[in-house]
Formats: sequence, C-alpha cells, structure tokens
Amino acid sequence: MARQARQWRVGAAGIAVLGLTLTACGGAKVGDSSSEAGGSGSTGKCGTFNLAVNPWVGYEANAAVIAYVAEKDLGCKVTKKNLKEEIAWQGFGTGEVDAVVENWGHDDLKKKYITDQKTAVDAGPTGNEGLIGWYVPPWLVKAHPDILDWHNLNKYAAEFKTSESGGKGQLLDGDPSFVTNDEALVKNLTLDYKVVYAGSETALIQAFRKAEKNKEWVIGYFYEPQWFMSEVPLEKVELPDYKEGCDTDTEKVACDYPVYKLDKIVSAKFAGSGSPAYDLVKNFNWTNDDQNAVAKYIAEDKMTAEAAAKKWVEANRDKVDAWLQ
Amino acid sequence: MTATVQETERPEKGTAVEQAAPVKRVREVDRSMMVAAIFVVWVVLFLVLRGRQTLALAAADLTDLHRWFNDANDSIGANRNSNPLFLYFFNEVRLVIDSLVTFVQELISQPSADRPVPQIGWLGVVGIAGCVSWAVGNGRVALLAVAGFTFLGLQGLWQESMDTLALTLSAVFVALLFAIPLGVWAGLSDRFNRIITPFLDFMQTMPTFVYLAPLTLFFLIGPASATIATLIYSAPPAIRITAHAIRSVPQTTVEAADSLGATRRQTLTKVLLPMSKRTVVMGVNQTIMAALAMVTIAALIDAPGLGKTVIQALQTLDVGVAFNAGLAIVVMAIVLDRVTTAASAREEAARRSKNRFLSRRRPLLAAGAVVTAVLVYLSHTYLWAAEFPGEGGTGDAVSSTADSVTTWVQDNLSGISNAFRDAITNGLLNPFQALLTDSPWWLVGAALIGLGVVLGGWRAGVTTAVCVALLLGTGVWSDSMTTLASTLVATVLVMLLGVVIGVWMGRSALVDRLLRPSLDAAQVMPPFVYLVPFLALFGATRFTAIVAAVVYAAPVAMKIIADGVRNVPATTVEAATSAGCSTWQIITKVQLPMARGALTLATNQGLIYVLSMVVVGGLVGAGALGYDVVAGFSQGQLYGKGLAAGLAIVLLGVMFDRITQAAARRTSA
Repeated sequence: MARQARQWRVGAAGIAVLGLTLTACGGAKVGDSSSEAGGSGSTGKCGTFNLAVNPWVGYEANAAVIAYVAEKDLGCKVTKKNLKEEIAWQGFGTGEVDAVVENWGHDDLKKKYITDQKTAVDAGPTGNEGLIGWYVPPWLVKAHPDILDWHNLNKYAAEFKTSESGGKGQLLDGDPSFVTNDEALVKNLTLDYKVVYAGSETALIQAFRKAEKNKEWVIGYFYEPQWFMSEVPLEKVELPDYKEGCDTDTEKVACDYPVYKLDKIVSAKFAGSGSPAYDLVKNFNWTNDDQNAVAKYIAEDKMTAEAAAKKWVEANRDKVDAWLQ
Repeated sequence: MTATVQETERPEKGTAVEQAAPVKRVREVDRSMMVAAIFVVWVVLFLVLRGRQTLALAAADLTDLHRWFNDANDSIGANRNSNPLFLYFFNEVRLVIDSLVTFVQELISQPSADRPVPQIGWLGVVGIAGCVSWAVGNGRVALLAVAGFTFLGLQGLWQESMDTLALTLSAVFVALLFAIPLGVWAGLSDRFNRIITPFLDFMQTMPTFVYLAPLTLFFLIGPASATIATLIYSAPPAIRITAHAIRSVPQTTVEAADSLGATRRQTLTKVLLPMSKRTVVMGVNQTIMAALAMVTIAALIDAPGLGKTVIQALQTLDVGVAFNAGLAIVVMAIVLDRVTTAASAREEAARRSKNRFLSRRRPLLAAGAVVTAVLVYLSHTYLWAAEFPGEGGTGDAVSSTADSVTTWVQDNLSGISNAFRDAITNGLLNPFQALLTDSPWWLVGAALIGLGVVLGGWRAGVTTAVCVALLLGTGVWSDSMTTLASTLVATVLVMLLGVVIGVWMGRSALVDRLLRPSLDAAQVMPPFVYLVPFLALFGATRFTAIVAAVVYAAPVAMKIIADGVRNVPATTVEAATSAGCSTWQIITKVQLPMARGALTLATNQGLIYVLSMVVVGGLVGAGALGYDVVAGFSQGQLYGKGLAAGLAIVLLGVMFDRITQAAARRTSA
C-alpha cells in the first residue's frame, strides 16, 4: 500500500514539474527590456534625497508632492522614511534624514538640533498655518451657538460629563505628539472640567466622528489643517486671545494657542550639498487649501500618495514651476 | 469528593492526600482571612486618610530624575560621533545585521542591484515554504503553508508580507543565535539563571516605545534598529523555554550518563540537548510569535512590510485596509506556528520510531526538493512566477467586508455597550482606583507588601518591598496606581473568560480546534485594527483600554487553562462520572482543582500580558503610565518621564510575577 502511494506521488510530482516547465516557456523572462519598470535609475546630479514622512495625513500630502516633483522634474531618487518626529530629527545628525517638510513648532527640538548640535537648519515656512485649540462638533454649534465662547463653557459642563471625568465636564485631550497647556488653561480660566487623555489622533477622531453622528456632547483638543475637517467640520471655541509671551510661563497660561507657521527643517549637510532637491524644499510653499485637497485625495478618495500628488501637480503646474525657479 | 476520587485513582498516594488535605485547608483559610484583614484595615484607613500624601503628578510635570534621564539621552546623542563605543561596537553590529537583513530581502522581497524583482519570486517562496514545512513537519502543515503563503499573494500584499517575513526571520535567527546558548547555560547553572531572569523580565515588560528612539540613536534608522527592537522583545521566551527544557530532563537520566563516565560535554550534546529538543522547538515557536507581534511597532522606525501598511491605513482610520494587512500577519503567524508545532511533535515521533519513519520519507522528500528547485528556478527566471499575478482582489473583498462589519457594529451595538462600560467602570474600576490612588502612598505600599508576604511568603514580601521603594523613586507613583487598578480589573476579566472558555476548550477537542485560530488571531493582530471599532463603541476611556488588554491576554489564559484541564487524567474524570457526578460537579470539584497549577500559571501570564498592553491602553484613553510612555516617545521634554513610566511598568510586572509564582509554588507544594 505504502509503496503504491509512494510511486503515485513521485509520478504526480514528476508530471507537475514537467508541466510547469513546459508552460513556463511561454512567459516573459525577468530582465526582458519590456518588463522593466521604465528605467527609473536615472539620478542626474540630484542623487538620493532622504525625505522623512511623519505619521499624519497633512504631512504625507506635503511629502507626496515634494517627492513627486523631485522625482519627475529633478530626477532625484527619493527615499521616503516613515518616522515619528523625534526620530526624524535625530536622523539629521546621523545623516539619514535630509528634510522634514511639515514642522509644528517644536522649539525644544529646534534648540537641540539647530542651535546646540548645529546639525539642522530652518528651510522656511511651508505656507500652511496650523491652528490648535478646543473644538466641538458642528451639531452642537447649531443647537447651542453660544458654546463657541469659552465664558459659557461652565454653563454646559454637566453635559460633558463622562465615566472618565469624575463628575466634571470632560475635556478630551491628548494626541501625545502635540504640546498642550490644557490642564493649566482649565485651572486658570476656572473651568469646571477635567482633562482626559485620549492618547492618540485615532481616538480623538473616533470620538468626534461618533459625537457628530449620535449628537453627543464632546469638546476636545484638535488642530487644523486636518483631513478629518472635510468629513466633520469641527468648530473652534474662542479662548482668550493669544498675545506674544502669554504662554511663556506654562503654569500661568490663560490664553489661546498661537497660530503656528508650519515650517520645513533640513539637515545642515543637505543644505550645503548644492542638491536641487534642497532648493525645491526651500521654495516649497502652498496654502492650507492646497494641502487639504491632496490630503483629501489620500484620506477619502483612497488614492496612493503618488497618484494624489500627480493629480494635484498636473492641476497646479504654475505653482510647481514657481518652486523650481 | 476530590479526596475519594483521588483515592480510587491512585491508591498508593491516597494516604498522603488524606494527610495533607486538612493541614492545607487550615492554612488556606488562614491565608484568606489574613488577606481579608489587610483589605479591611486598608479600607478603614483609606476612609480616614483619603486624598492625603497621594504623590500625584500632573501630566506635564517632571521630577529631577526625569530631567536627569533627559540630559543623559541628550548627551548620548551629542557624543555619538566621537565615542569609540559607537565607532567600533555599535556601528559594526549595525553593519552585520543590516547586511543580513538586506541579503534576505534581496532574496525574497526587494529588487536587487541588477534585477527589477527579488532573486526568488512568489512561486519559489511558496515552493520552499511547502517543502521545508514538509521536511520539518508533515504533509498537512506543508499544505497549510502553501495555502497560507498563496493567500498572502491573493490579498495583494505579497511584497509587504515578504518584507515582514525577511525581517522576522532575520530577527529570529539572530535571537536564537544568542538565546539557545544562553538558555542552555541558564538551564545548567542556577546562578546564571538567577542573574539572567531579571534581565529577561526587563526585556519582556519594558515597553518598546521607551527604547525605540534610543535604538535609532545607537543603530541608526533602518533594518538594524528594527531587527534589534524585535530581537529584544522576542529572545526571552526562547531563553526561558530552553532553560526550562534542559531542567526538565529527568535527573536519573543525567545521573545514568554520569555513571557511564560521560564528560560534561558529552552529557550536554548526547543527553541533555537531544532530550530537550522538542521543548526547545516550542521556544523557537514563541520567539517567532513575539517577533510578529512587533511588526507594527517596528514600522514606526521605518521597518518595511505589513506594519507600514497598517499604520498608514490607520492614519485615515481605514479599518478595512488595516484589517487586510493585519490578517496577513495573522496568516503568517498561524502558518509559522503550526509548522513549528508540527516540527516539535515530529521530533518526538521521530525519536520513537526512527528507522521506519526515515526510510519512507527520504525518497519523497528528495522528490519534493527537486520540485522546489525547479519552482525556484522558474521564479528566478520568468516574470509570471516572480511577481504575484492579479490585483489582490481577495484583499479588496476582505477590506470591504471588514469595513461593513465595523460599520454595522458601530451603528447597532453602541447602546448596549455603553451600559456595560458604565457598569464595569462605576461598579468595579472607580472604587478600586480610588482606593489605590487616593490612599496615602505608605498605606498602599504597606498593603502591597503585606499581601506579598501572605500570598507569596517572606521572599516575595521582600521583592515587593523593593519594587514599592523603586516605584516611589520613579516619581510616577500616582499614575502607577491608576494603571495598577485597570490592570487588576483587566486580569480579573481575563481569568473569568479564561476559566469559562478554557474549560470548554479543555473538555471538547472540537471547540478547541474551532476556537484556536481566533485566539491566535487575537494575539498577533495589531491591536489598533480592532481598537478603532472599540473606540467607536466605548469612546476613549479606561474601559476601552481594559477591553484591548483582555482581547490580547485572554487567549493565553484560555490556552493554558485548556491545557491544564486536558491534562487531568481521563481515568479520574471517568471515575467521577461513574460515581454519579454531574458535569458541573466534575468541572468545579475535579477538573478545576486538579488544574490548579495551570490556573496560577494562567493568572501569572494573564497579568504579564495585560501589563504589556498598558502602552496600547494609553493610546485609547487609559491615561496614566501608558500615556506617559507614549508622550515620552513623542515629545523630547517628556522623554525622561516616559522612561520612568516604562520602568514603573517593569516594576509592577516583576512584583506581580514574583508574588504569583511564589503563591503558585506554595499551592502546588
């Protein structure tokens, strides 16, 4: 019995091999010129361009467009590296990252890498303006328009109570990547709220999405430009106006967050290399609407970063040409 | 009941059991009385002293220790280029590992210098997977491997999967290179075992987020850092299990070898290693699983592969795509798990019936090898065999199904889920957390030490005292207590589920076979994939974090308890049945008491696994230590605090581990 089975199996294997080899002869061979992907090996004088990609969609939009232009117009070989901010900045010193193309403030990192270690330099603003603040879902604004003034927040505190907030109103904080003064703000504006740390952008977005859908009371820390705004247009609560220096003492902050001029940071070595990619990064400048458009292609239309960039670049050739002057 | 059953089962031991039982019962009553007394005193003092000396620290506040950690981290970064340790040690290590990973990648996943595709295409890899699985395991797992790997291609994730496989295999290879010799050493020497155990605890419970950034400082961004991060987390199981395997070789066998005049070396290579091979392979299995659990985290430092797909999809909350990639990780894990398990079973079978086995397999294997060689050649030469054909239609189907299931759950279950969440939070979590965080620190510390002594004995008490002191030193005492409360609640839920499902699985092989793949999936599926719907159901709350921990930790407890129940001798159960016991009585009076060892082990492992989810919990609303670690990873000025919080998690883990292990030794003694 076993012998028979063995013979049968060996025979089957032999036929399979024969069959495969025969059918294979018809296929295209690896290395045939027709099968190669367009010969993208041409690097020109640009060489390799190491572009950090921080994990949020707005950044991905900037990086997608810059990478697309660098590859198509300058012939660079772009290596995208998916990294968190801290690690990307560290990469300036070790020579593994050439550019960060959307930076939110990060004065501590600027001091460490630009002033002290001198491994990084500022490459100017991206043209985007970053807003940080407290946001509420649109249904809430429609139902209670006065909620957009912080003076009225205490009036509604009880509505914002949750299982986490210990009897007070819940102020949902906490994308850990962003600096927050909210605990001090709550204290100094004598608000009857407790800061609860959601812990991730995902958690914040889910909270707002659910709140809008089920008409729930949620107030939380958020920021724009952000792709989610085009799905649910959250509205920003007015806090006491920001004035220069009102946030220096983090214990005594009682004012809104400043408007962040988002900027680009490059490694010192890259800046001095004479690479055309550096000039591109330096000249790169666009509006919040531009970024939102590309972010929407990526986040909602599910396009790949490259396809999204291609679509935008083709529609905005004049802007791109200005960067390449 | 138990005593009589045991008497009929093992008459020779009957007297011993009868003698031991009453003494033991008295001691147990004593112990639970003392535990209750500690709690009563604690609660009374808590009511009096509530809110005093709680050592609370606001989210942005730092202690001197945290600032010192920051400075140390900065100075390492600043001196990296001049330090000889970097120039001659870390850089060399990095070079070796980088070239290893790049080599494997060019073999199976990435285009190499002069080729647009890797050296071995999909057909070759599938062939090799089948053939190797057959050689080390059996025909069934070979079929599973072929089907599994083909499925990865159908999902449209061939290249990503191969990148992940390349990285995982490299990390496991390097890990085993160190782990098996260290494990053998730890198995032979009690002293070395004692020295290495705390390091292993550290490697397994220290959250990866804490050392991810420093790692890229040491080994730069790239495959080396990702491999080393994976290795740190995945090597300990292999070391522990190898040591355990060497120790489990019967003393008499070793003595026999000694008396025959075998040298130490001969005893090791001819007796100890061959006899422990089967268990060592289980260690390899655990290492592979742990390595796959690191796939998404490693993607944060630019590790290529499936992790990247998951993270990118989650940036836009695209659960479908993330689930598809997560499923690929699960499929790979199940294939690798079944193959290694079959390999270890074959070790056993081969040892028993060596000759017959080999003579039949050899020609078949040779034929298989020839087929594989042809497949490899084809996939090297022809495009159709090199690049997986099709557009990944299966993957799209998986994604859209996952999406619609998620939407349905979110739309239809949120009413029920909120009631459940509030019941657990208000009924169990809040009071318990208040007791821990609002009591003065010295009271909680004293209570913990007291419980350590009562449950685990004096040595466990001393360990607890040291851990409590160090916890105070980390400066995150209050956050630690918050985390402790959630951890314990999660562990209680894990054990409830573990006992119910574990017993069910242990009693029915069919249930076991049906449930096991989902348990495996729960262990290796990247948590965020299932956390997005949970976030929609429960919001960003501590409860969501607890659910995440339960999903991850319960499978382990279930598997251990099922194993324990299954190991209760069939004759004992039969005797109980014939004595007229109902199913309920058999479970509660026979199977669970006799599986007590498994229950304590399950508690121990359940706790450790729950603790390893603290950081993920921090990402979905648990706050406390988990959030500290995550924030420390994201913001430079909080780095030191994150490190301190990581240390606190390790300390909690060590404390629990020592108490539960000591308690386990006492109950089984």
